[in-house]
Amino acid sequence: MESSSTDRIEKRVELKATPARVWRALTDHREFGKWFGVNLESTFVPGKPTRGHITYPGYEHVVMEVIVQKMEPERLFSFNWHPYAIDPKVDYSKEPPTLVEFRLEPTTTGTLLTVIESGFDRIPLARRAEAFRMNSNGWAEQTKNIEAHVSQTP
Amino acid sequence: MSARRRDNAGRDQRAQALLFFALGDPTRLALLAKLSRGSSCSIVRLTEGSALTRQAVTKHLRVLQHAGLVRAVRRGREQLYRLEPGPIDDAKRALEQISRQWDAALLRLKAFVEE
Repeated sequence: MESSSTDRIEKRVELKATPARVWRALTDHREFGKWFGVNLESTFVPGKPTRGHITYPGYEHVVMEVIVQKMEPERLFSFNWHPYAIDPKVDYSKEPPTLVEFRLEPTTTGTLLTVIESGFDRIPLARRAEAFRMNSNGWAEQTKNIEAHVSQTP
Repeated sequence: MSARRRDNAGRDQRAQALLFFALGDPTRLALLAKLSRGSSCSIVRLTEGSALTRQAVTKHLRVLQHAGLVRAVRRGREQLYRLEPGPIDDAKRALEQISRQWDAALLRLKAFVEE
């Protein structure tokens, strides 16, 4: 289901929904916000930034910003963003961003979605280490919450 | 730019400069390679088989210690050195953490589009 080196993270997931449905969940900023957990203020437009507050309890102070790269309907949606950008006092805009790509392929049962986030090697080790130390407890708890929620909701 | 932000940036840059300086020397890399075999080593052990003096090895170890790559521990009267993989490990774990965040996000997406 996944592969990763130090530069990239790759995930694959089979979705029982048409590419049209998945495309809408990814590229309608309100739908994206619902499953991702962010209150995006504007629509996704190639070359333009979209931002909004994270809606997870405990992370509401974090503003997420993406700059849309490509929108090829039902095939490819990509954006740049700054990973580990969790300290509201830090200006991350000078750091190299990573690229997030959502690739859609139709299957007999729905859609194969591949998510690739790449460009981590350009982010200094020391920055990553610091973000990890700041963030680790919060996310561990959050992941547990999500697991509990998903297993309770059929 | 806030003072805090400047402090952070300055600290990051200093930490990185130290890390890269420490790694950018063949003798120090050789010492790290010896230490990465697992156990703690004394200066005597680390000097064995090299053309370096104990003083030179001690000097290199100090640079590695300063960059947070090596830690000195005392056993009895002996000073031992061991690898401190913290900075590299933390960075690796940061990537694993993002990987887990994607797993969780995709589970939510799956529930969202399949409902």
